[in-house]
Amino acid sequence: MLRSFLIAAALAAASAAHAQGTVKIAILGPMAFVQGENHWAGAEMARDEINKAGGVAVGGKKMQIELIRGDTNEIQSVPDATNATERVITRDKADFLIGGFRSEAVLAMQEIAMDHKKIFLGAGAADARLGENVEKNYDRYKYWFRVTPTKSPDLFRSLMAVLNSIGDQIRQTLKKEQPKVALVAEKTVWTEPILKGLQATLPKMKMEVVGTWQPSALATDVTAELSAIERAEADIVFTLLSGPVGISLGRQMGERNMKAVAFGINVEGQKDEFWAATAGKGNYVATLDTYAEVEITPKTIPFVRAFKERYKKSPTYNAATYDAIMVLRAAMEQAGTTDADKLVPVLEKMEHVGTGATASWDKRHDLIWAVGRTAGIGVQWQDGKKVPFWPPQVKGMQPFKMPSR
Amino acid sequence: MIQDILVTGLVNGGVYALLAVGFSLIFGVARIVNIAHTAFYMLAAYCFYMLLVKVGLGFALSGVIAVAAVTLLSVACYWLVIEPVREHEAAVLIATIALALVFQELMLFAFGGHYLGIPSTLDGVASVAGVSIPYQRLLILVVAALMLVATWALLYRTRLGLAIRATANDIEVASLMGMNVNRVAMATVAISVALAAIAGVVVAPVFVVDPFMWLSPLVTMLAIVVLGGLGSLKGSLIGALIIGYVEAITVFALPAGAFLKGAVALSIMVVVLLVRPEGLYGVAFEEER
Repeated sequence: MLRSFLIAAALAAASAAHAQGTVKIAILGPMAFVQGENHWAGAEMARDEINKAGGVAVGGKKMQIELIRGDTNEIQSVPDATNATERVITRDKADFLIGGFRSEAVLAMQEIAMDHKKIFLGAGAADARLGENVEKNYDRYKYWFRVTPTKSPDLFRSLMAVLNSIGDQIRQTLKKEQPKVALVAEKTVWTEPILKGLQATLPKMKMEVVGTWQPSALATDVTAELSAIERAEADIVFTLLSGPVGISLGRQMGERNMKAVAFGINVEGQKDEFWAATAGKGNYVATLDTYAEVEITPKTIPFVRAFKERYKKSPTYNAATYDAIMVLRAAMEQAGTTDADKLVPVLEKMEHVGTGATASWDKRHDLIWAVGRTAGIGVQWQDGKKVPFWPPQVKGMQPFKMPSR
Repeated sequence: MIQDILVTGLVNGGVYALLAVGFSLIFGVARIVNIAHTAFYMLAAYCFYMLLVKVGLGFALSGVIAVAAVTLLSVACYWLVIEPVREHEAAVLIATIALALVFQELMLFAFGGHYLGIPSTLDGVASVAGVSIPYQRLLILVVAALMLVATWALLYRTRLGLAIRATANDIEVASLMGMNVNRVAMATVAISVALAAIAGVVVAPVFVVDPFMWLSPLVTMLAIVVLGGLGSLKGSLIGALIIGYVEAITVFALPAGAFLKGAVALSIMVVVLLVRPEGLYGVAFEEER
């Protein structure tokens, strides 16, 4: 009797939801890790904002946003990521996919999404091949768009722009014509093109490369590497690190009172938890980032403040799932449909002022790179606070600091 | 560069020696293949983090409670997981792998995949031959030396040590001589886990605390114990220093191949197994005795 009642109630609830109309969006990320937490948090903020305002207006009908939580566990296992992607499409009947973090996993997840002709908005992986696939085989891969970050060659352009400004500061303060740079890049697929570019470009920028060190992304000890870097008298430790090795490097540089300053990409350094994780030793560590309380767009500061108030910490770039959902909403409202094939041309022509960037897409469905629009920001840890310092023309930026000598 | 290799290799070897001493006792001397050994090290690090950073108990009290709690847990685990399958080495291996994974998933559930930092017990940095060494790493060297001496004294200067060695040598004869072999095994597990917990408390401040921190040391510890020789504490110390130096040389001589340092350590283990299965200072395998 009770079972029959429960089944009837469940069927009634399901049919009510169907009648009302929902757009199912799967948020794919490593949910036990900060990246996945930010994927989910950004998406929750977008969902709540849209649903509170009555939903998405699609062809004269208001539809509510329903999020599906897809734990990809991709930091530990690529197969887990593909299984999660398959599951949200086939079992949970997701209309759209958003998220991903680790390039190796997202390349595999992209294949599954394309098999099912589902729009997949990337919010974490930088590998250029994701966009190259669109150019090479448009009909298959046209459903892929990258919302954050920019592709790795464009990350390289952002990095060079910031490095140039840091190099100038070193030349002025240390009276050194040719700053010495040590390259520390974890051995993963996304660092390879950037590393090659750095080795070719830095001499042209009048910077001397004193060596390249490639620890494992999971290394917890880089003392041998840092000893060698100290011996090489590097002024800048250029980092390409997405794993916990970023914490080890920041902490161990601080413990050794190294005079060199670390800048580059340090994903762990983008998180609020970095300072505590380095036991307060991560001073001067700088990284490319997406969010801070600066006016990248008119929406950035309100979003960062609302995020901090709700989750008691700052957003990382993965929280741009918020922007991804807003992009989808704009596209659905403009096209008046949820049909993927009809949404693709709308997305291709769209310019969206988001919270982390002013986005528009090229023929590879990659973000079009421009300083102040999609190039990101430079932030540095200064006495326990993450301080934004680049691009200097953006309102709210503060000076970049060097360790005392 | 040579002084960098000498100093860095010694300090890193000291870290490995502290981790290896407990593993050498349980795996090398008592021949209990406790794969969960480094998972207890991870638990001690989490326990120390909670007590020191979250509760604010101070270094000494947090350290003592963390070591005691994890040691007691190991005794419970011995009775529940290892003792029932003790006679079958493969079963012990599988059961302790499962135990380690349970601990890992519990920590992942409780703390998430966040990387946590523990403040250094000793702040500051010393300069040795122009090479910077944080005091915390020097502390690890001292604690490693003390633990090696204490373990040696326990094994060769006490009745319990005699019982542990006798049980490891021939469990049936030890039993016939009136020894309670289960109690001896339990004591061995408790002592070795206490050593792992001490390592967790002292070493964790120089590393990052996360649910997967037990995996990398496990592989290195296996390499050290096999290299040094099963059953030899001296071998473990020498093995730890060799691995420390090999890693330092790899990083200094081949900077772009720094990620290979773990693979180099494992390659050494494989070569030793092929060329000298008993290791540098170990006795021959049981079947060969």
